[in-house]
Amino acid sequence: MKEYGVFDVIGPIMIGPSSSHTAGAARLGLTARKIAGEEIKEVVFYLHGSFAKTYSGHGTDKALVAGVLGLEPDDERIKNSFQLAQEKGLLYSFREKDLGEVHPNTVLIAMETASGQRWEVTGSSLGGGKVRIISINDLEVEFSGEYTTLITFHQDRPGIIADISAVLAKYKINVAFMRVFRLNRSANAVLIAETDEDISNAVLTEIEKNAYIYLAKVLRPF
Amino acid sequence: MQIRNGEDLISLCREKKLPIHQLMLEYECFKSGKEPAAVYEEMRSHLLVMKKSVYQGLNEKLTLKGKIIGGEAKKLQRRSQNAKPVCGYTMSRAISFALSVTEVNAAMGRIVAAPTAGSCGVLPGVLFGLAETFELQEDRQVEGLFTAGAVGLVIAKNASLSGAAGGCQAEIGSASAMAAAAVVEIMNGSPEQALHAGAIAIKNLLGLVCDPVAGLVEVPCSKRNVVGTANALTAAEMALAGIESAIPFDEVVTAMYQVGCALPPTLRETSEGGLAVTPTGRRLKKEILG
Repeated sequence: MKEYGVFDVIGPIMIGPSSSHTAGAARLGLTARKIAGEEIKEVVFYLHGSFAKTYSGHGTDKALVAGVLGLEPDDERIKNSFQLAQEKGLLYSFREKDLGEVHPNTVLIAMETASGQRWEVTGSSLGGGKVRIISINDLEVEFSGEYTTLITFHQDRPGIIADISAVLAKYKINVAFMRVFRLNRSANAVLIAETDEDISNAVLTEIEKNAYIYLAKVLRPF
Repeated sequence: MQIRNGEDLISLCREKKLPIHQLMLEYECFKSGKEPAAVYEEMRSHLLVMKKSVYQGLNEKLTLKGKIIGGEAKKLQRRSQNAKPVCGYTMSRAISFALSVTEVNAAMGRIVAAPTAGSCGVLPGVLFGLAETFELQEDRQVEGLFTAGAVGLVIAKNASLSGAAGGCQAEIGSASAMAAAAVVEIMNGSPEQALHAGAIAIKNLLGLVCDPVAGLVEVPCSKRNVVGTANALTAAEMALAGIESAIPFDEVVTAMYQVGCALPPTLRETSEGGLAVTPTGRRLKKEILG
Protein backbone atom coordinates (compact mmCIF):
# COMPACT_ATOMS: atom_id res chain seq x y z
CA MET A 1 0.00 0.00 0.00
CA LYS A 2 1.47 3.34 -1.02
CA GLU A 3 1.87 5.86 1.79
CA TYR A 4 -0.12 8.89 0.69
CA GLY A 5 0.38 12.31 2.19
CA VAL A 6 -2.23 15.03 2.46
CA PHE A 7 -0.71 16.99 -0.42
CA ASP A 8 -1.07 14.00 -2.74
CA VAL A 9 -4.80 14.54 -2.32
CA ILE A 10 -5.00 18.33 -1.92
CA GLY A 11 -2.62 19.20 -4.70
CA PRO A 12 -0.58 19.60 -6.69
CA ILE A 13 -0.89 23.29 -7.44
CA MET A 14 -0.74 23.16 -11.20
CA ILE A 15 -1.64 24.67 -14.53
CA GLY A 16 -4.71 23.01 -16.03
CA PRO A 17 -6.40 21.31 -17.63
CA SER A 18 -5.04 17.83 -16.89
CA SER A 19 -2.75 16.55 -14.14
CA SER A 20 -1.45 13.74 -16.34
CA HIS A 21 -1.41 15.51 -19.69
CA THR A 22 -0.48 19.05 -18.61
CA ALA A 23 1.14 19.08 -15.14
CA GLY A 24 2.94 15.76 -15.69
CA ALA A 25 4.10 16.88 -19.13
CA ALA A 26 5.49 20.13 -17.72
CA ARG A 27 7.30 18.14 -15.03
CA LEU A 28 8.79 15.77 -17.62
CA GLY A 29 9.99 18.71 -19.74
CA LEU A 30 11.61 20.43 -16.78
CA THR A 31 13.21 17.22 -15.50
CA ALA A 32 14.70 16.61 -18.96
CA ARG A 33 16.03 20.15 -19.02
CA LYS A 34 17.61 19.68 -15.58
CA ILE A 35 19.24 16.44 -16.71
CA ALA A 36 20.69 18.23 -19.73
CA GLY A 37 21.87 20.86 -17.27
CA GLU A 38 21.97 23.89 -19.55
CA GLU A 39 19.89 25.92 -21.96
CA ILE A 40 18.35 23.96 -24.80
CA LYS A 41 18.77 25.06 -28.43
CA GLU A 42 16.61 22.52 -30.14
CA VAL A 43 14.20 19.84 -28.94
CA VAL A 44 12.13 17.13 -30.60
CA PHE A 45 9.34 15.52 -28.59
CA TYR A 46 8.46 11.96 -29.63
CA LEU A 47 4.98 11.36 -28.28
CA HIS A 48 3.68 7.88 -27.52
CA GLY A 49 0.18 6.49 -26.94
CA SER A 50 -2.35 8.80 -25.35
CA PHE A 51 0.18 11.65 -25.44
CA ALA A 52 0.37 11.27 -29.22
CA LYS A 53 -3.39 11.19 -29.65
CA THR A 54 -4.51 14.00 -27.35
CA TYR A 55 -1.57 16.31 -26.86
CA SER A 56 -2.98 19.48 -28.37
CA GLY A 57 -6.34 19.31 -26.57
CA HIS A 58 -4.73 19.22 -23.13
CA GLY A 59 -1.91 21.63 -23.87
CA THR A 60 0.59 18.76 -23.45
CA ASP A 61 2.67 20.39 -26.20
CA LYS A 62 2.76 23.79 -24.47
CA ALA A 63 3.56 22.17 -21.12
CA LEU A 64 6.46 20.14 -22.56
CA VAL A 65 7.96 23.19 -24.23
CA ALA A 66 7.49 25.22 -21.03
CA GLY A 67 9.33 22.57 -19.03
CA VAL A 68 12.26 22.51 -21.45
CA LEU A 69 12.36 26.31 -21.15
CA GLY A 70 12.75 25.86 -17.38
CA LEU A 71 9.23 26.79 -16.24
CA GLU A 72 7.77 24.91 -13.26
CA PRO A 73 4.43 23.02 -13.54
CA ASP A 74 2.49 25.82 -11.78
CA ASP A 75 3.88 28.68 -13.87
CA GLU A 76 1.08 30.66 -15.50
CA ARG A 77 3.34 31.37 -18.49
CA ILE A 78 2.93 27.74 -19.63
CA LYS A 79 -0.05 28.86 -21.67
CA ASN A 80 2.20 31.14 -23.74
CA SER A 81 5.24 28.87 -23.89
CA PHE A 82 5.35 28.72 -27.72
CA GLN A 83 5.75 32.47 -27.85
CA LEU A 84 8.33 32.34 -25.07
CA ALA A 85 10.26 29.67 -27.01
CA GLN A 86 10.31 31.92 -30.05
CA GLU A 87 11.63 34.82 -27.98
CA LYS A 88 14.36 32.64 -26.50
CA GLY A 89 15.24 31.04 -29.83
CA LEU A 90 14.28 27.50 -28.82
CA LEU A 91 13.38 25.33 -31.82
CA TYR A 92 10.82 22.65 -31.01
CA SER A 93 8.81 20.04 -32.87
CA PHE A 94 6.47 17.16 -32.09
CA ARG A 95 6.39 13.73 -33.67
CA GLU A 96 4.30 10.68 -32.96
CA LYS A 97 6.28 7.56 -32.21
CA ASP A 98 5.56 4.10 -30.86
CA LEU A 99 8.01 3.76 -27.97
CA GLY A 100 7.11 0.12 -27.29
CA GLU A 101 5.82 -1.42 -24.08
CA VAL A 102 5.65 1.73 -21.99
CA HIS A 103 2.99 3.70 -20.09
CA PRO A 104 0.44 5.30 -22.47
CA ASN A 105 1.55 8.79 -21.47
CA THR A 106 5.19 8.60 -22.46
CA VAL A 107 7.44 11.03 -24.29
CA LEU A 108 11.01 10.82 -25.56
CA ILE A 109 12.63 14.25 -25.33
CA ALA A 110 15.61 14.65 -27.68
CA MET A 111 17.53 17.82 -26.89
CA GLU A 112 20.53 19.67 -28.20
CA THR A 113 22.00 22.08 -25.68
CA ALA A 114 23.53 25.50 -26.23
CA SER A 115 27.02 23.97 -26.06
CA GLY A 116 26.11 21.26 -28.58
CA GLN A 117 25.56 18.30 -26.20
CA ARG A 118 22.86 15.83 -27.15
CA TRP A 119 20.58 14.32 -24.54
CA GLU A 120 17.69 11.92 -24.88
CA VAL A 121 15.38 11.58 -21.90
CA THR A 122 12.29 9.36 -21.86
CA GLY A 123 9.65 9.65 -19.19
CA SER A 124 6.05 8.75 -18.39
CA SER A 125 3.32 10.80 -16.79
CA LEU A 126 1.64 8.53 -14.26
CA GLY A 127 -1.34 10.68 -13.22
CA GLY A 128 -1.80 13.28 -10.50
CA GLY A 129 1.16 15.20 -11.89
CA LYS A 130 3.57 12.43 -10.93
CA VAL A 131 6.20 11.25 -13.39
CA ARG A 132 8.82 8.56 -13.85
CA ILE A 133 11.98 8.96 -15.92
CA ILE A 134 12.61 5.62 -17.64
CA SER A 135 15.67 6.21 -19.78
CA ILE A 136 18.56 8.62 -20.29
CA ASN A 137 20.63 8.30 -23.49
CA ASP A 138 19.64 4.65 -24.09
CA LEU A 139 20.36 3.64 -20.49
CA GLU A 140 17.32 2.38 -18.67
CA VAL A 141 16.76 4.19 -15.38
CA GLU A 142 13.92 4.70 -12.96
CA PHE A 143 13.27 7.68 -10.72
CA SER A 144 10.52 10.16 -9.92
CA GLY A 145 12.34 13.43 -9.34
CA GLU A 146 10.44 13.88 -6.07
CA TYR A 147 13.66 13.48 -4.08
CA THR A 148 17.08 15.01 -4.47
CA THR A 149 18.45 12.71 -7.15
CA LEU A 150 22.10 11.91 -7.79
CA ILE A 151 22.87 10.58 -11.27
CA THR A 152 26.32 9.29 -12.10
CA PHE A 153 27.51 8.00 -15.45
CA HIS A 154 30.45 5.70 -14.97
CA GLN A 155 32.32 2.66 -16.18
CA ASP A 156 30.84 -0.55 -14.83
CA ARG A 157 33.57 -1.84 -12.51
CA PRO A 158 33.84 -2.99 -8.88
CA GLY A 159 33.96 -0.41 -6.11
CA ILE A 160 32.22 2.52 -7.79
CA ILE A 161 29.02 2.18 -5.78
CA ALA A 162 31.00 1.80 -2.55
CA ASP A 163 32.96 4.98 -3.35
CA ILE A 164 29.82 6.97 -4.04
CA SER A 165 28.15 5.61 -0.90
CA ALA A 166 31.22 6.52 1.16
CA VAL A 167 31.09 10.15 0.04
CA LEU A 168 27.36 10.35 0.77
CA ALA A 169 27.91 8.76 4.19
CA LYS A 170 30.72 11.17 4.99
CA TYR A 171 28.36 14.13 4.50
CA LYS A 172 25.53 12.39 6.37
CA ILE A 173 23.30 12.19 3.33
CA ASN A 174 20.72 9.46 3.72
CA VAL A 175 19.89 7.41 0.64
CA ALA A 176 16.16 6.69 0.32
CA PHE A 177 16.43 4.63 -2.88
CA MET A 178 19.39 3.57 -4.98
CA ARG A 179 19.56 1.68 -8.23
CA VAL A 180 22.24 0.90 -10.80
CA PHE A 181 21.72 0.19 -14.46
CA ARG A 182 24.11 -0.74 -17.25
CA LEU A 183 24.15 -1.51 -20.94
CA ASN A 184 26.44 -4.52 -20.50
CA ARG A 185 29.34 -5.63 -18.35
CA SER A 186 32.33 -3.23 -18.23
CA ALA A 187 30.45 -0.76 -20.37
CA ASN A 188 28.64 2.45 -19.46
CA ALA A 189 26.56 2.32 -16.35
CA VAL A 190 24.41 4.74 -14.47
CA LEU A 191 23.65 5.03 -10.78
CA ILE A 192 20.57 6.77 -9.47
CA ALA A 193 20.43 7.64 -5.76
CA GLU A 194 17.41 9.42 -4.34
CA THR A 195 18.32 11.07 -1.06
CA ASP A 196 16.59 12.72 1.88
CA GLU A 197 19.14 15.52 2.19
CA ASP A 198 20.38 17.95 -0.42
CA ILE A 199 23.61 17.08 -2.23
CA SER A 200 25.75 20.20 -2.47
CA ASN A 201 28.04 20.98 -5.39
CA ALA A 202 31.02 20.33 -3.10
CA VAL A 203 29.79 16.79 -2.48
CA LEU A 204 29.26 16.35 -6.19
CA THR A 205 32.81 17.46 -6.94
CA GLU A 206 34.11 14.92 -4.45
CA ILE A 207 32.10 12.15 -6.09
CA GLU A 208 33.44 13.15 -9.49
CA LYS A 209 37.05 12.70 -8.27
CA ASN A 210 36.71 8.99 -9.02
CA ALA A 211 38.42 8.57 -12.41
CA TYR A 212 35.85 6.05 -13.61
CA ILE A 213 32.93 8.42 -13.09
CA TYR A 214 32.50 10.44 -16.27
CA LEU A 215 29.78 12.69 -15.05
CA ALA A 216 27.75 13.25 -11.90
CA LYS A 217 24.63 15.39 -11.65
CA VAL A 218 22.18 16.38 -8.96
CA LEU A 219 18.52 17.03 -9.70
CA ARG A 220 16.80 18.95 -6.96
CA PRO A 221 13.07 18.47 -6.40
CA PHE A 222 10.76 21.21 -7.68
CA MET B 1 0.14 6.30 13.62
CA GLN B 2 -1.71 4.43 10.93
CA ILE B 3 -4.69 5.56 8.90
CA ARG B 4 -5.77 2.65 6.73
CA ASN B 5 -9.45 3.44 6.55
CA GLY B 6 -12.30 5.48 7.98
CA GLU B 7 -12.47 3.28 11.05
CA ASP B 8 -8.82 4.06 11.89
CA LEU B 9 -9.59 7.73 11.41
CA ILE B 10 -12.53 7.66 13.81
CA SER B 11 -10.81 5.57 16.47
CA LEU B 12 -7.72 7.83 16.41
CA CYS B 13 -9.92 10.90 16.69
CA ARG B 14 -11.71 9.36 19.68
CA GLU B 15 -8.51 8.20 21.34
CA LYS B 16 -6.77 11.56 20.96
CA LYS B 17 -9.98 13.59 21.35
CA LEU B 18 -9.22 15.50 18.17
CA PRO B 19 -11.25 16.55 15.15
CA ILE B 20 -10.22 14.94 11.85
CA HIS B 21 -8.42 18.05 10.59
CA GLN B 22 -6.13 18.20 13.60
CA LEU B 23 -5.41 14.49 13.42
CA MET B 24 -4.57 14.89 9.74
CA LEU B 25 -2.15 17.72 10.52
CA GLU B 26 -0.45 15.51 13.13
CA TYR B 27 -0.33 12.61 10.71
CA GLU B 28 1.26 14.72 7.97
CA CYS B 29 3.90 16.02 10.40
CA PHE B 30 4.57 12.47 11.57
CA LYS B 31 4.89 11.25 8.00
CA SER B 32 6.91 14.12 6.51
CA GLY B 33 8.99 15.06 9.54
CA LYS B 34 7.95 18.69 9.08
CA GLU B 35 6.83 21.13 11.74
CA PRO B 36 3.07 21.71 12.14
CA ALA B 37 3.47 25.41 11.28
CA ALA B 38 5.19 24.54 7.99
CA VAL B 39 2.55 21.99 7.01
CA TYR B 40 -0.22 24.41 7.95
CA GLU B 41 1.41 27.16 5.88
CA GLU B 42 1.74 24.84 2.89
CA MET B 43 -1.96 24.05 3.11
CA ARG B 44 -2.73 27.74 3.42
CA SER B 45 -0.82 28.39 0.20
CA HIS B 46 -3.08 25.81 -1.48
CA LEU B 47 -6.13 27.65 -0.16
CA LEU B 48 -4.83 30.93 -1.58
CA VAL B 49 -4.46 29.41 -5.05
CA MET B 50 -8.04 28.13 -4.70
CA LYS B 51 -9.20 31.58 -3.64
CA LYS B 52 -7.73 33.22 -6.71
CA SER B 53 -9.24 30.62 -9.04
CA VAL B 54 -12.64 31.00 -7.40
CA TYR B 55 -12.87 34.68 -8.31
CA GLN B 56 -10.91 34.58 -11.58
CA GLY B 57 -13.82 33.29 -13.65
CA LEU B 58 -16.17 35.88 -12.13
CA ASN B 59 -13.98 38.83 -13.01
CA GLU B 60 -16.04 41.14 -15.19
CA LYS B 61 -13.30 42.06 -17.64
CA LEU B 62 -12.10 38.60 -18.44
CA THR B 63 -13.99 35.71 -19.99
CA LEU B 64 -12.17 32.44 -19.52
CA LYS B 65 -12.38 30.15 -22.49
CA GLY B 66 -11.66 26.50 -22.81
CA LYS B 67 -12.10 24.69 -26.11
CA ILE B 68 -15.85 24.22 -25.46
CA ILE B 69 -16.78 25.83 -22.16
CA GLY B 70 -16.32 29.39 -20.93
CA GLY B 71 -18.26 32.22 -19.34
CA GLU B 72 -20.75 30.05 -17.42
CA ALA B 73 -19.62 31.19 -13.98
CA LYS B 74 -20.35 34.78 -14.88
CA LYS B 75 -23.81 33.88 -16.16
CA LEU B 76 -24.66 32.31 -12.82
CA GLN B 77 -23.30 35.26 -10.93
CA ARG B 78 -25.32 37.68 -13.04
CA ARG B 79 -28.49 35.73 -12.38
CA SER B 80 -27.89 35.65 -8.64
CA GLN B 81 -27.49 39.43 -8.73
CA ASN B 82 -30.73 39.95 -10.66
CA ALA B 83 -33.00 37.24 -9.31
CA LYS B 84 -33.49 35.18 -6.19
CA PRO B 85 -31.62 31.90 -6.85
CA VAL B 86 -33.91 28.88 -6.82
CA CYS B 87 -31.31 26.87 -4.91
CA GLY B 88 -30.62 29.54 -2.30
CA TYR B 89 -27.78 32.01 -2.04
CA THR B 90 -25.09 29.78 -0.50
CA MET B 91 -25.63 27.10 -3.12
CA SER B 92 -25.80 29.60 -5.95
CA ARG B 93 -22.50 31.19 -4.92
CA ALA B 94 -20.85 27.82 -4.31
CA ILE B 95 -21.73 26.52 -7.77
CA SER B 96 -20.66 29.71 -9.53
CA PHE B 97 -17.31 29.41 -7.72
CA ALA B 98 -17.03 25.76 -8.75
CA LEU B 99 -17.67 26.71 -12.37
CA SER B 100 -15.13 29.51 -12.17
CA VAL B 101 -12.41 27.13 -11.05
CA THR B 102 -13.19 24.65 -13.83
CA GLU B 103 -13.04 27.48 -16.36
CA VAL B 104 -9.65 28.57 -15.01
CA ASN B 105 -8.50 24.98 -15.39
CA ALA B 106 -9.79 24.65 -18.96
CA ALA B 107 -8.14 27.95 -19.89
CA MET B 108 -4.74 26.71 -18.69
CA GLY B 109 -4.80 28.78 -15.52
CA ARG B 110 -3.48 27.81 -12.09
CA ILE B 111 -5.61 25.51 -9.93
CA VAL B 112 -5.23 23.03 -7.09
CA ALA B 113 -6.00 19.43 -8.04
CA ALA B 114 -8.43 18.41 -5.28
CA PRO B 115 -8.14 15.51 -5.61
CA THR B 116 -7.75 15.84 -9.41
CA ALA B 117 -7.72 18.61 -11.98
CA GLY B 118 -10.99 17.26 -13.37
CA SER B 119 -12.66 17.73 -9.98
CA CYS B 120 -10.82 20.92 -9.01
CA GLY B 121 -13.98 23.03 -8.60
CA VAL B 122 -15.82 21.15 -5.88
CA LEU B 123 -13.74 21.84 -2.78
CA PRO B 124 -13.08 25.55 -3.48
CA GLY B 125 -16.70 26.00 -4.55
CA VAL B 126 -17.97 24.58 -1.27
CA LEU B 127 -15.40 26.28 0.96
CA PHE B 128 -15.79 29.75 -0.49
CA GLY B 129 -19.56 29.47 -0.85
CA LEU B 130 -19.74 28.61 2.83
CA ALA B 131 -17.23 31.33 3.74
CA GLU B 132 -19.42 34.07 2.31
CA THR B 133 -22.61 33.01 4.07
CA PHE B 134 -21.01 32.25 7.42
CA GLU B 135 -18.22 34.85 7.28
CA LEU B 136 -15.66 32.14 7.91
CA GLN B 137 -12.13 33.03 8.93
CA GLU B 138 -9.37 31.72 6.71
CA ASP B 139 -8.12 29.26 9.33
CA ARG B 140 -11.48 27.45 9.32
CA GLN B 141 -11.11 26.96 5.58
CA VAL B 142 -7.55 25.64 5.97
CA GLU B 143 -8.85 23.22 8.60
CA GLY B 144 -11.53 22.17 6.12
CA LEU B 145 -8.79 21.31 3.62
CA PHE B 146 -7.15 19.04 6.18
CA THR B 147 -10.48 17.30 6.87
CA ALA B 148 -10.98 16.90 3.13
CA GLY B 149 -7.44 15.61 2.74
CA ALA B 150 -8.00 12.91 5.34
CA VAL B 151 -11.10 11.65 3.57
CA GLY B 152 -9.34 11.76 0.19
CA LEU B 153 -6.40 9.87 1.59
CA VAL B 154 -8.61 7.05 2.85
CA ILE B 155 -10.35 6.84 -0.53
CA ALA B 156 -7.00 6.81 -2.36
CA LYS B 157 -5.83 3.92 -0.19
CA ASN B 158 -8.95 1.81 -0.58
CA ALA B 159 -10.36 2.74 -3.98
CA SER B 160 -9.08 5.26 -6.51
CA LEU B 161 -9.14 8.97 -7.24
CA SER B 162 -8.62 8.64 -10.97
CA GLY B 163 -11.26 8.67 -13.68
CA ALA B 164 -9.17 6.31 -15.78
CA ALA B 165 -9.23 3.73 -12.98
CA GLY B 166 -12.58 4.31 -11.33
CA GLY B 167 -14.75 6.55 -13.51
CA CYS B 168 -16.06 10.00 -12.61
CA GLN B 169 -17.35 8.71 -9.27
CA ALA B 170 -13.68 8.42 -8.26
CA GLU B 171 -13.02 12.06 -9.12
CA ILE B 172 -16.22 14.06 -8.54
CA GLY B 173 -17.57 11.49 -6.07
CA SER B 174 -14.39 11.65 -4.01
CA ALA B 175 -14.14 15.45 -4.23
CA SER B 176 -17.74 15.70 -3.09
CA ALA B 177 -17.15 13.37 -0.13
CA MET B 178 -14.05 15.32 0.86
CA ALA B 179 -15.93 18.62 0.67
CA ALA B 180 -18.94 17.25 2.56
CA ALA B 181 -16.73 16.10 5.43
CA ALA B 182 -14.97 19.47 5.45
CA VAL B 183 -18.29 21.31 5.77
CA VAL B 184 -19.33 19.12 8.69
CA GLU B 185 -16.16 19.88 10.64
CA ILE B 186 -16.26 23.58 9.79
CA MET B 187 -19.80 23.67 11.16
CA ASN B 188 -18.57 21.91 14.32
CA GLY B 189 -19.96 18.48 13.53
CA SER B 190 -18.26 15.37 14.90
CA PRO B 191 -15.74 13.14 13.05
CA GLU B 192 -18.47 10.49 12.85
CA GLN B 193 -20.84 12.97 11.23
CA ALA B 194 -18.10 14.02 8.81
CA LEU B 195 -17.70 10.44 7.58
CA HIS B 196 -21.46 9.98 7.34
CA ALA B 197 -21.51 13.05 5.10
CA GLY B 198 -18.68 11.59 3.05
CA ALA B 199 -20.45 8.26 2.73
CA ILE B 200 -23.72 9.90 1.68
CA ALA B 201 -21.90 12.04 -0.89
CA ILE B 202 -20.24 9.03 -2.52
CA LYS B 203 -23.40 6.94 -2.47
CA ASN B 204 -25.28 9.62 -4.37
CA LEU B 205 -22.70 9.70 -7.17
CA LEU B 206 -21.91 5.98 -7.21
CA GLY B 207 -21.54 4.65 -10.73
CA LEU B 208 -20.92 8.01 -12.37
CA VAL B 209 -18.96 7.35 -15.57
CA CYS B 210 -16.02 9.27 -17.00
CA ASP B 211 -16.90 10.14 -20.61
CA PRO B 212 -15.20 13.41 -21.55
CA VAL B 213 -16.09 14.86 -24.94
CA ALA B 214 -12.99 15.01 -27.17
CA GLY B 215 -11.00 13.82 -24.15
CA LEU B 216 -11.04 17.34 -22.76
CA VAL B 217 -11.58 18.25 -19.12
CA GLU B 218 -14.63 20.36 -20.04
CA VAL B 219 -17.82 18.51 -21.03
CA PRO B 220 -19.35 17.08 -18.88
CA CYS B 221 -16.62 17.68 -16.24
CA SER B 222 -17.35 21.33 -15.57
CA LYS B 223 -21.03 20.85 -14.71
CA ARG B 224 -20.29 17.68 -12.80
CA ASN B 225 -18.20 19.86 -10.52
CA VAL B 226 -21.43 21.76 -9.90
CA VAL B 227 -23.31 18.60 -8.99
CA GLY B 228 -20.43 17.51 -6.76
CA THR B 229 -20.62 20.87 -4.99
CA ALA B 230 -24.38 20.74 -4.50
CA ASN B 231 -24.16 17.12 -3.39
CA ALA B 232 -21.50 17.97 -0.81
CA LEU B 233 -23.65 20.69 0.73
CA THR B 234 -26.77 18.51 0.87
CA ALA B 235 -24.84 15.55 2.29
CA ALA B 236 -23.29 17.77 4.97
CA GLU B 237 -26.65 19.30 5.83
CA MET B 238 -28.12 15.82 6.33
CA ALA B 239 -25.19 14.65 8.45
CA LEU B 240 -25.29 17.79 10.59
CA ALA B 241 -28.98 17.10 11.19
CA GLY B 242 -28.00 13.72 12.62
CA ILE B 243 -28.96 11.69 9.56
CA GLU B 244 -26.64 8.73 9.21
CA SER B 245 -25.50 6.75 6.20
CA ALA B 246 -27.06 3.29 6.54
CA ILE B 247 -23.95 1.88 4.85
CA PRO B 248 -20.75 2.80 6.74
CA PHE B 249 -18.13 4.95 5.02
CA ASP B 250 -15.54 2.20 4.52
CA GLU B 251 -18.10 -0.12 2.93
CA VAL B 252 -19.23 2.66 0.61
CA VAL B 253 -15.62 3.24 -0.46
CA THR B 254 -15.19 -0.46 -1.15
CA ALA B 255 -18.41 -0.44 -3.16
CA MET B 256 -17.09 2.49 -5.17
CA TYR B 257 -13.90 0.59 -5.86
CA GLN B 258 -15.83 -2.47 -7.01
CA VAL B 259 -18.17 -0.43 -9.17
CA GLY B 260 -15.12 1.27 -10.73
CA CYS B 261 -13.57 -2.10 -11.55
CA ALA B 262 -16.85 -3.25 -13.09
CA LEU B 263 -17.08 -0.20 -15.37
CA PRO B 264 -16.08 -1.04 -18.93
CA PRO B 265 -12.97 0.77 -20.22
CA THR B 266 -15.19 2.74 -22.62
CA LEU B 267 -16.55 4.59 -19.57
CA ARG B 268 -13.22 5.25 -17.89
CA GLU B 269 -11.71 8.36 -19.44
CA THR B 270 -11.11 6.84 -22.86
CA SER B 271 -13.78 8.98 -24.54
CA GLU B 272 -15.09 5.84 -26.22
CA GLY B 273 -18.48 5.78 -24.54
CA GLY B 274 -21.23 7.81 -22.90
CA LEU B 275 -21.50 11.48 -23.83
CA ALA B 276 -18.24 11.39 -25.77
CA VAL B 277 -19.77 9.23 -28.50
CA THR B 278 -23.12 11.01 -28.85
CA PRO B 279 -23.58 12.65 -32.26
CA THR B 280 -22.86 16.06 -30.74
CA GLY B 281 -19.93 14.72 -28.73
CA ARG B 282 -18.41 13.31 -31.91
CA ARG B 283 -19.06 16.52 -33.83
CA LEU B 284 -17.37 18.61 -31.14
CA LYS B 285 -14.40 16.29 -31.15
CA LYS B 286 -14.06 16.63 -34.91
CA GLU B 287 -14.32 20.41 -34.75
CA ILE B 288 -11.70 20.71 -32.02
CA LEU B 289 -9.19 18.02 -32.83
CA GLY B 290 -9.79 17.76 -36.58
